[in-house]
Amino acid sequence: MLRINNLTKRFGGLVAVSSVDLEVNEKEIVSLIGPNGAGKTTLFAMVAGFLKADEGGINFENASIVGMKPHQICQRGMVRTFQITQPFAGLTTLQNIMVGAYSNTSQTKSARKKAEEVAEVVGMTSLLSQGADGLTIAGRKRLELARALATDPKLLLLDEVMAGLNPAEIDDIVKVIKGIRGRGVTIFLIEHVMKAVMNLSDRTYVLNDGKLIASGTPSSVAENPQVIEAYLGHGAAEAMAEGA
Amino acid sequence: MFNLRRHLSFLLLGALGLIVLPYFISSRFYIDVLTLIFFTAYLGQSWNILGGYAGQFSFGGVMFFGTGAYVSSILLTTFGFPPIFGIFLAILGGAFLGLIVGYMSFRSGLKGSYFALITLAFAELLRVLANSVEFTGGGVGLFLTYAPGLSNLQFETPVGFYYFALVLMFISIVIVYWLEGSRFGAQLVAIRENEDAAEALGIDTLRCKIYAIMIMGAMGGAAGTFYSQKYLYLDPPIAYSIHLSVEMLLVTIVGGMGTIFGPLVGAFVLHSVNEVARHFIDTPGLSLIVYGLILIIIIGYLPNGLIGAFKKKGKKSGSSSLDKKRSREDS
Repeated sequence: MLRINNLTKRFGGLVAVSSVDLEVNEKEIVSLIGPNGAGKTTLFAMVAGFLKADEGGINFENASIVGMKPHQICQRGMVRTFQITQPFAGLTTLQNIMVGAYSNTSQTKSARKKAEEVAEVVGMTSLLSQGADGLTIAGRKRLELARALATDPKLLLLDEVMAGLNPAEIDDIVKVIKGIRGRGVTIFLIEHVMKAVMNLSDRTYVLNDGKLIASGTPSSVAENPQVIEAYLGHGAAEAMAEGA
Repeated sequence: MFNLRRHLSFLLLGALGLIVLPYFISSRFYIDVLTLIFFTAYLGQSWNILGGYAGQFSFGGVMFFGTGAYVSSILLTTFGFPPIFGIFLAILGGAFLGLIVGYMSFRSGLKGSYFALITLAFAELLRVLANSVEFTGGGVGLFLTYAPGLSNLQFETPVGFYYFALVLMFISIVIVYWLEGSRFGAQLVAIRENEDAAEALGIDTLRCKIYAIMIMGAMGGAAGTFYSQKYLYLDPPIAYSIHLSVEMLLVTIVGGMGTIFGPLVGAFVLHSVNEVARHFIDTPGLSLIVYGLILIIIIGYLPNGLIGAFKKKGKKSGSSSLDKKRSREDS
């Protein structure tokens, strides 16, 4: 569904993303993990059209989307959420979600109906008339998800929708994400919460210093020495092996 | 959001009141003041669409007014083209100018104060151009002949212009009312609140902003024809005066940006304050100081304008959108 070849992004001398190849198939939940500063969000920004890649190709449903603007990519069925939540602060939750819903209809009535449906899916029905600026972190993360979902995406790019949430809230949102996949939406997510990554993903890619260092099932990736070193430092894998 | 059905009877009553009002006012002065209030409310409304709803502040809104005024006036003086049709070409001219300015500035990503300044620059550029070319009459200006009649959009009594301005204002309110309930309006507000998120959710932000400035331009163009047919004289400092650019944003900010009745309330309050201050204070210039003080108080203490202040009383949870922006920047 989504195929990325040799994707590269440089900021001056820093190579933020370095010839990355990856693939997301239909109906999958694929996760992208890696230490802070590994280039995950940069990669998402390029895929969603917010940043121009220096090299490489991005194909969505067998068509190149390189050079397209975010709104065009959204209209093709791929939509992103933001790691740092970007609510329409002056609007209510309902109005926020309706903005997403308007991408498929010009009718206010059907946009409202769609927004209410989506709110039900993410569990925000009781918050619909509340101002988006008054939402808790968990509420804002859900709102990001709801707005994106209201555009009826085929592929959803979720950038750390669980960061800053407590364990109970994480369990809730994991259920929501599984529910979304159940509706036939493919999901590609960046996440730090390992429990959720293990629980949700069919496959995982690990990015470190802009390069892919591992990929596979979440459990195989978690045992990969290179991945352990990337997270815990040089020699950590050996130390852990000795300790075991 | 504004609920029309609940307010419909009240609105119709207000409209009816404004329609019959001239029959109860014999003073030419008050009719003129009211005409001016409607005229500035109308211009404020045009600014409100781009500034209040789409969040793109312009300091050069007068450029559409001036261009519209020149379009219909030049057509009239050179070709004898009747202003009742000329006003539509003025509208087209304003919209076309909006397209050019919008395309150039939004495409290069100008936002905030940069966009505000570029519009100011465009208005000044047009003023200098109008001064130096032949067909605008240059610095001498254009004199229009007084020939009352509907085809000239000129009227024998001030009451005629009162209704002309009233119709313009009604139309502007209908446009903004439509905006409030439409997808396009929601998209503009989304752009105002967070442009990146709007773009991510499939909104063609460039196109929406250009449409918004074209609507503003079209409305400004009609205002130009109104003005030139009322005052029968046009020169570059009038057509492209910074004063008018400021006034249209001021009435909107004072009344309440992004609201249907903000510009009307603002225009009414500011003109009243101005007239009252002028009436009661004899010392020259002092009335302006009073006017300025009241402006400072309103803008300082009511960041959402007068309408926002009333809304706040009605709804406990409604904190202002400016407060919201501040809190977002803090977090």
